[in-house]
Amino acid sequence: MATGPAGRGGFRLRPSVRRVADEAGAATEASIALGTTQRGEMVKGYAFLGLLLLSILIALAMLVTLILDAIIEGAPRLDLALITNFASSLPGEAGLQAAIFGTLWVMLGLVITVVPLGVGAAIYLEEYASRDRWYNRFIELNIQNLAAVPSIVFGILGLGLIVRGGLSLGPVAYAGALTLSLLVLPTVILAAREAIRAVPDSHRQASLAVGATKWQTIRHHVLPSAIPGIMTGTILAVARAIGETAPLLLVGATVFVTFNPDGLFAEGYTTLPVQIFNWVTRPQDEFRVLSAAGIVVLLAVLLLVNAAAIYIRNRWYKKRV
Amino acid sequence: MSDETTTRQAAPETTAAGATPRPEGAAVPRPAAERPAGGLAEQAVLRTEHLRVLYGGVPAVRDVSMEIQRNRITALIGPSGCGKSTLLRCFNRMNDLIPSAAVEGRVLYHGADLYGPKVDPVEVRKRIGMVFQKPNPFPKSIYDNVAFGPRVLGMKVSMDEVVERSLRQAALWDEVKDRLKENAYGMSGGQQQRLCIARALATNPDVILMDEPCSALDPISTNRIEDLMFELRDEYSIVIVTHNMQQAARVSDMTAFLTVEVDEHDHRTGRVVEYDETQKIFSTPKDERTEAYVTGRFG
Repeated sequence: MATGPAGRGGFRLRPSVRRVADEAGAATEASIALGTTQRGEMVKGYAFLGLLLLSILIALAMLVTLILDAIIEGAPRLDLALITNFASSLPGEAGLQAAIFGTLWVMLGLVITVVPLGVGAAIYLEEYASRDRWYNRFIELNIQNLAAVPSIVFGILGLGLIVRGGLSLGPVAYAGALTLSLLVLPTVILAAREAIRAVPDSHRQASLAVGATKWQTIRHHVLPSAIPGIMTGTILAVARAIGETAPLLLVGATVFVTFNPDGLFAEGYTTLPVQIFNWVTRPQDEFRVLSAAGIVVLLAVLLLVNAAAIYIRNRWYKKRV
Repeated sequence: MSDETTTRQAAPETTAAGATPRPEGAAVPRPAAERPAGGLAEQAVLRTEHLRVLYGGVPAVRDVSMEIQRNRITALIGPSGCGKSTLLRCFNRMNDLIPSAAVEGRVLYHGADLYGPKVDPVEVRKRIGMVFQKPNPFPKSIYDNVAFGPRVLGMKVSMDEVVERSLRQAALWDEVKDRLKENAYGMSGGQQQRLCIARALATNPDVILMDEPCSALDPISTNRIEDLMFELRDEYSIVIVTHNMQQAARVSDMTAFLTVEVDEHDHRTGRVVEYDETQKIFSTPKDERTEAYVTGRFG
């Protein structure tokens, strides 16, 4: 009974019902029911695919709107003066040079601090820590907790511990970098752990079996294989940290700087988000235009730095293969 | 406990064993070449005495007392889960990498206990090399794969010579001499496994442990590795774990047959049933379990 009307009648049964019925036996029945099921499942599949595409579209639309809006609004001030001038109370003359250099200095301080710390912690947790020990589980749990702490809390901590208090660095760029390091350290640790875990165990065993020590195994095999993954995680973390405003306002990024920072430990620096934040709060319309232009510059700086990091990562990857 | 379980490595949770600093002048036995000549009485390279290995307190192998003889190929055969690989990994302390593993009894290497309190597992692995079931070259060049061992051990040698000698010994030199700088992943599986053998030979070990070295290879590659083992026998002592009884019969001089015993707690423990010359094991075994296994009636 392949195509008779009676057979067709079966299509109206819900697929699940048909399947149950078919488990009793008849092979032809089963194949007809299978056709029904597939049609239903196909519709579901397309519907699901449509939802997925919609999600992507929404995300993309947000991004495009954001960028276009910033570009259109900031267009009158998207000129060379924007990146060559320093802060000024006259909107027509205000520029971002100090903020750009401040951002780069903070970024540098952030990377040289957070990468060794994060990778070190990840190596310990992946290669040395035994999960049988309660303190290792405790550390792991708290790294995850740390990732959920709001950034303003790190700002307060930075103010109390880094700018004043224990370290007393003062309001310098590196104090901001250290504060941001604390903020994104969990992200870097988690990314580095993933990358280290992805290195096949057979490499470690092969290395140990020729008489290499544990450290030599990590140094020559685990870390080189994990570096692309570690770099990807670091890029994301740095990108996030550079966009932060709140903790930097607390630890001394000033809003009106008319000179480039003189290094990591020179006082008086500002960063792009802080500068933008300041402009947005001004009453004059011209400063609103300026802040929109500033957002475009911030995005451009981020993209450039990320692109450079990805380029380095890919070159590293190619060199090894 | 299945074979897979016993050989599984838990590297993310490895103990600090591999990281132990090498104490100067640790009580590690010297390799054969440095020992006084005329050691006919010293035929045994490795000897185990009532060896027992436990994983998380459950014995995986017990009561193993056997001698591995110099310049012989010794095969460990037996059904899955009988602890062949576990036993093999006792000989170069690879079991140390599993935190829950414990080794009792003694493993003597030229008379010195490998598990003695002052013995550094890193020193042990310098002298007792290992080839794994799946070819596991490093994602580096062919040259760097072979040179890695001598480099990390700080051997004062001409690296080019060591690489060439090792690759020649592994019967790989002619195939790769023009592409030493190419990545090892571009080689065939059989070539990769021979590269792993070359890598093990480069540190000039005394004993080579092979854990089912041909199980991932095609018959032709298997054949080449077996030929290679015959050639290596003159200079090295080889212990091979194999699932393939024909292979054991073909290549080995001595064969140990292990079997699994299940106790009342359903714990599966391996032990050596019979250990003798390969010819005897396969023609006139003393134990009926051995006979059943080698004739294919069991396992």
